[in-house]
Amino acid sequence: MVIDQQKMQSLSDRLVQDEVKGRSPWADARKRFWRNKAAMFGLTILVLVALFALVGGRFAVWSNEELDFSVMGQVAQMGQPSLENGHYFGTDNLGRDLYARVVQGTQISLMVGIVGAAIAVIVGALYGATAGYVGGRTDQLMMRTVDILMSIPYMFVLILLLVMFGRSMSMLFLGIGLISWLDMSRIVRGQTLSLKNREFIEAARATGVSSFRIILRHIVPNLLGVVAVYATLLVPLMILTESFISFLGLGVQEPLTSWGALISEGAGTMNYGTLWQLAFPLFFFVITLFGFFFVGDGLRDALDPKER
Amino acid sequence: MFAFILRRLAVAIPTLLLLIVFSFVLMHLAPGGPFTGERALPPAVLANLERQYGLNDPLWLQIWNYLYNIVVHFDFGPSFVYPDRTVNQLIAAGFPVTLTYGALSFLAAVIFGVSLGVVAAIWHNSWVDYLAVGISIGAQVLPNFVMAPLLVLVFTLWYRLLPGGGWSFNDPSFWIMPVIALATSYMASIARITRSSMLEVLGSNHIRTARAKGMPEHRVIIRHALKPAMLPVISYLGPVFVSMITGSVVIDIYFSTGGIGKAFVDSALNRDYAVMMGVTILIGTLTILFNLLVDVLYAWIDPKIRY
Repeated sequence: MVIDQQKMQSLSDRLVQDEVKGRSPWADARKRFWRNKAAMFGLTILVLVALFALVGGRFAVWSNEELDFSVMGQVAQMGQPSLENGHYFGTDNLGRDLYARVVQGTQISLMVGIVGAAIAVIVGALYGATAGYVGGRTDQLMMRTVDILMSIPYMFVLILLLVMFGRSMSMLFLGIGLISWLDMSRIVRGQTLSLKNREFIEAARATGVSSFRIILRHIVPNLLGVVAVYATLLVPLMILTESFISFLGLGVQEPLTSWGALISEGAGTMNYGTLWQLAFPLFFFVITLFGFFFVGDGLRDALDPKER
Repeated sequence: MFAFILRRLAVAIPTLLLLIVFSFVLMHLAPGGPFTGERALPPAVLANLERQYGLNDPLWLQIWNYLYNIVVHFDFGPSFVYPDRTVNQLIAAGFPVTLTYGALSFLAAVIFGVSLGVVAAIWHNSWVDYLAVGISIGAQVLPNFVMAPLLVLVFTLWYRLLPGGGWSFNDPSFWIMPVIALATSYMASIARITRSSMLEVLGSNHIRTARAKGMPEHRVIIRHALKPAMLPVISYLGPVFVSMITGSVVIDIYFSTGGIGKAFVDSALNRDYAVMMGVTILIGTLTILFNLLVDVLYAWIDPKIRY
């Protein structure tokens, strides 16, 4: 029997080339995420809102500070949304273009949300991972501190900070960032504790991997899922906090604006029949929160399929 | 259980002291005082005022006097801005209002949230479930400061059914909108938590055993499923309580209900240290006590939990 050398060669080539591709847990998760319709819907909304914030300003006919004297004093009759005079979303009560204001408010609210969440992720993850990995007395002390800080009614402290040290953007970031990392640190610590005694960490330690490398290669990648999900859910919470503060008039100050400030303005003028002043900011606020919640839920389901 | 409560109290008291000292120091670090207005006061008047309120004493002495008065006389001192009123009076005027609508909306959020979640879990994947999930997803993006204007728009401006603001202890129509505005988004969260924990419990072994014994379904749910399913809800009650009080700031401003939220924001804008401190301490105490209560409840429902 003669073996067809050529065929064998091609078979071995194929075996070498088509090495079976293992699917990493991340690839699996990505696939599940792309298949999740609600999450894709949420992601689409978020992309559109982000585009609106980034390039929406280019389509504005009026700037956000200009007063349109032709509608001033008769906003309810003349200031409606219209394509003709360039006020796509109408004007606010002073005759400023609401479209430009909403673009600006969207930029600021998104920025507060993302920066606030980023501070929370960095501080919380470092704090929690340290507490969990070091353990013992240090851990006890660090987590007791978190317990104490958590029992403080933080919204009041945030208002205190803003009133005491002036209402600036940086104070707002600092205040929101200061309080937002507490939950994160608890979650990360719990996760680190449960990872620390797993077999694969033990195996790594037994083969002589340094603890720095263990944290980097084995602990951090396993924390990433939890952190990512929590961060996605944290952004809307930060946006809510900022809007709450701005609704009270204690947050972002004129001429800057944010969704909370715009909603507050719109709510204040709605009995003059200028409902669009409430409707447009509220619409962007609500769909963005929806988007983040959907994406967050989708990420959680994708990374943890048994929890569905 | 008694020792457990004592131990929690032993943590709670230093926490409260820390909060008081922290906010006291914060206020003294801040630029500007209660007497820096648009019109500068003559130096002699300013000095007299500062002496009267003890603002020239060293910081530790001020804190000590303040604490001493609170603990011994239950006296939070006079308001800096309204000299004829004490902080006790200002708080006593606002607190019953906040407590009334806060407690009502807390109850509403828990009762409707839990019912919605349980119903959704029992008829899992039916139209009831989808409706409940839809409501809770929709309600979760409607925080109090969004609900308040929307409710006023619909019930006051369009249908003229309810008063758009103000407060009266005798007329429940003043209570409805504050309660709904505060409760909606938390009802949604409670419904979501209840639904998922109920689903998990309904899939567990002891429920299967109860069903296999031939126990009627309503008894399975009430006697065996509800109690363990409530645990995650109970641990969420602390944050809900805090948010009810925090939300009172929005409610008081938007509906002019005159609760302590208004006292707080007014004092913050006027730099009325004494009132701000009083409100912060009151709320801190309530929060800590409530969290203690939640922990006790938790330990009582789940005997496995021991601290």
